[in-house]
Amino acid sequence: MNAPLRRVAIAVLVLFTLLIVNANYIQVVRSDELRSDQGNTRVLAEEYNRERGSIIVDGTEIALSVPTDDVLNYLRQYPDGRLWAAVTGYYSLIYGSTMMEDAENEVLSGSDPRLTFRRLTDLFTGRDPQGGDVVLTLDPAVQRAAMAGLDGVTGAVVALDPRSGAVLGLASTPTYDPNELSSHDPDAIRAYAAELDNLERDPRLNRAIRETYPPGSVFKVVVSAAALENGYEPDTEVPAPDVLTLPGTRTELENFGGSDCASDERQSLIDALTISCNTAFAQLGIDLGEERIRETAERFGIDGEPREIPLEVVGSDIGEINNDAELGVSSIGQQDVRVTPLQGAMIAAAVANDGQLMAPYMVDQVRAPDLTVIDRTEPEVLSEATSQDVANDLTEMMISVVENGSGGAARVDGVQVAGKTGTAENAGADHNWFVGFAPADNPTIAVAVFVANGGGTGGDVSAPIARDVIAAYLERGR
Amino acid sequence: MTAGPTTDPRAAATGPVPKRRGTELALLGFAVLITLVAQLIVDLTITGAPRADLATFSAWFAALWAVAHLVVRKWAPYADPLLLPAVALLSGLGLAVIHRLDLAAEQIDSTVTREDAPVQLLWATLGIALFVVVLVVVRDHRMLSRYAYTLALVGLVLLALPAALPASLSEVNGAKIWIRVAGFSIQPGEFAKIGLIIFFAAYLVNKRDVLALASRRVMGLELPRGRDLGPVLVAWILSILVLVFERDLGSSLLLFGIFVVMLYVATERSSWLLIGLGLFAGGALIAYRIFDHVQTRVDTWLDPFAYRDEGGYQMVQSLFGLGTGGLFGAGLGGGRPDQVPVAKSDFIAAAVGEELGLFGLVAVIVLYLILVERGLRTSLIVRDAFGKLLAAGLAFAVAWQVFVVLGGVTGLLPLTGLTTPFLAYGGSSLVANFGLVALLVRISDAARRPAVPAPAPMPTLGDAPTEVVQP
Repeated sequence: MNAPLRRVAIAVLVLFTLLIVNANYIQVVRSDELRSDQGNTRVLAEEYNRERGSIIVDGTEIALSVPTDDVLNYLRQYPDGRLWAAVTGYYSLIYGSTMMEDAENEVLSGSDPRLTFRRLTDLFTGRDPQGGDVVLTLDPAVQRAAMAGLDGVTGAVVALDPRSGAVLGLASTPTYDPNELSSHDPDAIRAYAAELDNLERDPRLNRAIRETYPPGSVFKVVVSAAALENGYEPDTEVPAPDVLTLPGTRTELENFGGSDCASDERQSLIDALTISCNTAFAQLGIDLGEERIRETAERFGIDGEPREIPLEVVGSDIGEINNDAELGVSSIGQQDVRVTPLQGAMIAAAVANDGQLMAPYMVDQVRAPDLTVIDRTEPEVLSEATSQDVANDLTEMMISVVENGSGGAARVDGVQVAGKTGTAENAGADHNWFVGFAPADNPTIAVAVFVANGGGTGGDVSAPIARDVIAAYLERGR
Repeated sequence: MTAGPTTDPRAAATGPVPKRRGTELALLGFAVLITLVAQLIVDLTITGAPRADLATFSAWFAALWAVAHLVVRKWAPYADPLLLPAVALLSGLGLAVIHRLDLAAEQIDSTVTREDAPVQLLWATLGIALFVVVLVVVRDHRMLSRYAYTLALVGLVLLALPAALPASLSEVNGAKIWIRVAGFSIQPGEFAKIGLIIFFAAYLVNKRDVLALASRRVMGLELPRGRDLGPVLVAWILSILVLVFERDLGSSLLLFGIFVVMLYVATERSSWLLIGLGLFAGGALIAYRIFDHVQTRVDTWLDPFAYRDEGGYQMVQSLFGLGTGGLFGAGLGGGRPDQVPVAKSDFIAAAVGEELGLFGLVAVIVLYLILVERGLRTSLIVRDAFGKLLAAGLAFAVAWQVFVVLGGVTGLLPLTGLTTPFLAYGGSSLVANFGLVALLVRISDAARRPAVPAPAPMPTLGDAPTEVVQP
C-alpha cells in the first residue's frame, strides 16, 4: 500500500499548495481591490485607530486627533470648527472625508509614500502608525476678517499672496461645525447631517471653489487687459453710448440704473472702468472680437479647467458665444461667463504681480510625525496673464476705481488699494463682487469677495468686506 | 539453520531507536510559549493590560500538555514527536483568536457577558481527557479491528440521530447535525466520522484482495465486480442520505472523499479514484438540481459580491478581512474579524488571515500539513495493513477537512459548514479531533517501536545436542 500512500501524500501537498496560492491571490494580488471596495469598512476603522496627523495654520492646530477610551481610539477635533470648515472639511465615520481631510488624506493617515521609511521602522518597532502633519499657507487674521465680513450672508472670500500664489484666506458661508460630523456617535452624526440637509443653503458646499457665478463687471478687468494688449491705452477714448442696441437684436443694453456714462457718449478707458460703464465695455468687447477676449481670459485662468490646490476647484469659463450680441453681454460678465471666487482673486493677483499669474496653493509644508519637513510647495507660475506694461496700466485703472469710482468703500487708511466692483444679474437678487489688491505699488494680498444675492452693489456690499480683510492682513505688518 | 538473534533487520542495523520524547517536550514548550505570547498580545492590544487570569490560564494550558506529554511518555513512548506539538499550537492559537473575538464582542456591546474562550478551554480539557483514555485503553491499535462492525453501527446511529430528532433539538442554520441536551450542543457526526473510518479500515483490510484482483473489463477499465462494488455504493448512498435529511453538504463530501481514498490505498487501483470522482460529480449535479440550498451555495461561491447583502455577506466580509490583512495582517487585536459572521467557528481562518496576515495563515496551513504528513508517514512505516489504512484514513480526514474548510473561507470552494480542526470554537469537533490524534499517536508508537525480537526458534530434534544418558 506504500505506493498509493506516497501518491496520496503528494496529492495532499498539492491541495495545500492550492490553498496557499489562493490565499496569496486574495491577500496580496487582490489586496488593494478589496481594501478600496466601498463595502469594506475595515480600512476606515483602521484609519480611525491611528493617530491622524494635524492640519496646522500659523502654528496652531485647526484639526487634530485626540486619544479616546472607546473602540475607535482617536477622536477628530476642530477647535474653531466653524471658522475653518471650508478649509478642513470633516472626517466622518459615516460620510467620509471632504476638503483638506480628503485631499491630504494619505499624509494625514500616514499611508503616504513619503512617510514610508517611518512606516517601515514602525513595522519593526511595533509603534502605532501615525499620520503626518499638513501646514497650510492660510493666515488666521485674514480668515477671521473674511468670516466676520460674511456673517449673515451667503458668499465666499478668497485671499491670495500674488507674489507666490499662497492662499491666505478661504471662506465660505453659511458654515457649519465639522466636529458634529466627526464624532463617534453615529446617531448624532446623522441627526446633524439631516439638520444641514434641511437648510435652504447647504453649509457643506464650499462656494469659494466649488461653485461658479457670473462675475458681472469684475470681468471688465479682463476685457480691459485684452484692449490694452491690442493698441488701446488707459486714456484711449471709446464709444460709451447711453444705451446700446445689441447687434442683430432689438435688445437694449443699459448702464447701471439707466444712467449715462458720459455726456458726449465717448469716454476714456480708465473712466469707463472707474464708473463701470456697461455700454462702453459691451461695445469694446464686440470691437475686440471673441477670439481675443477668450484668449486673454484663458491666460487669466478662465479656461474651463478644474484645478487642485490641493482642494478640487471647478473650472471657470466664459461659456459659449454665438454672435456679437452675446459677445457684448459676455464682455460685461453676464451671458454664460461663470467664475469661482478663487478665479476672481486670481484675476486680481495676476494684475498685482506684474502680469504673472502664480498657481494658487494651500499647503506650505508636509511634516513627518517627528516634525521633520518632508515636502514643501514651491511657488509656480501658472501663466503669463499679460505683460508688465499692461499690468501697470490695469493697476492704474483699478486704483482709479477705488479712489474715484464705485470701489470707494474698499479704501484702507494709509494704504493704496486697487480693485474692481461687480454687480451681476441673475435669477434672484443681484450678486455682489469685489476683487482687488493692496498695497497697489507693491501688492502683498489679492482678495475676491463674493456675496450671493446681496441685492446691493458690489461697491456697498462686497467692497467693505474686502477692506476689512486687507486691513486685517496689513495691520500685521507684512 | 542456526537461530538468529532477532528477525527485525531494523533493530540489528541501527541500534536502539530514539524515542524523541525530548524533542516533543521542547516543541510543546515552544507551542505553549507562543500561545501565551499570543494571549498577551491580544489583551495588551485591546484592553491595554494582561488579562487578570493570565497566570491561571497559563498554568492550566501548560498543565494540559504536560499531562498529555507524560501520558505519551508512559503509554506510547515511541510516538511521533511532532503530532502533539502541532495540535498544541493549533488549539492554543485557536484559544487566542477566540479570546480576541470575545473581547471584540464586549467592546461593541458591553452587555455581552458570555465568553467562549473559557468554554473552549474546558472542551480542550475534555479532549485531553479523551486523549488519555484512548491511549490507556487502546494499547494496540489492532484490537480496534475487532470492533469494526460495532463501531460502524454506533457511527451510523450517531450520524442519523439528529435527523431523527425534532428540529428544535437538532437544527442550527438549516443543518440538522446537532443534539442539544442539558444546555450543551454536540455534533455526533464528528465522533461518527472516526468510528466509520475505523470500520472502513477494517473492512478494506479484509476485502482488499478481492477488491483488487477480481475485476471485469468495462470500457477498457479494470472495474471491480458488482458485489465488491457494493460497499462503495453503500457508502455513497449513506453520504447522500446524510445530505438529504440533515442538509449537511460538508460531512457527506468529507466521508465520501475519505472512503474513496482509503479504497484507493487499500487496493492500489486508481480506477477507484475515477469511479469515486464520477459518483461524486453525478451526485453533486443531482444535488445542485434538486436542492435549492446547494444551488444558493454554488451561486454565492461563484460571485459572492453579487450577493453581498444577502447570502454572500459572510463570504464578502471574509474576503475583505483577508484582503485588508494583507501580508503581515492587522495584528492580533488590530483588525475587525468580528465583522465576519460566525467568526469564532466557521470562519476562524478568516480571523487568522486578517490579523496574522498571509504569513500567519500560511503558517497555520503548514502546521496542518505537518500534522497530516506525520500521520501519512506513520502509515508508511507501520507494519500491519490495518494500521496503515487506519492512519492513512485519519490523516487524510484531517487533510481533506482542512482543505474543504479553508478553501471555502478563502473562496476557492463553496462553503460547506465543516469546522476547522483544533482552531475553531466547537466542543464536539475539538474533543473528537483529540481522540483522532490519540489514535494517530498510538499507531505512530507502534510504527516507530522496534519490533520485539521473535523468540529463538526451537531447535529441531536432529540438531539437538546429543545427550549422554547415564545409567
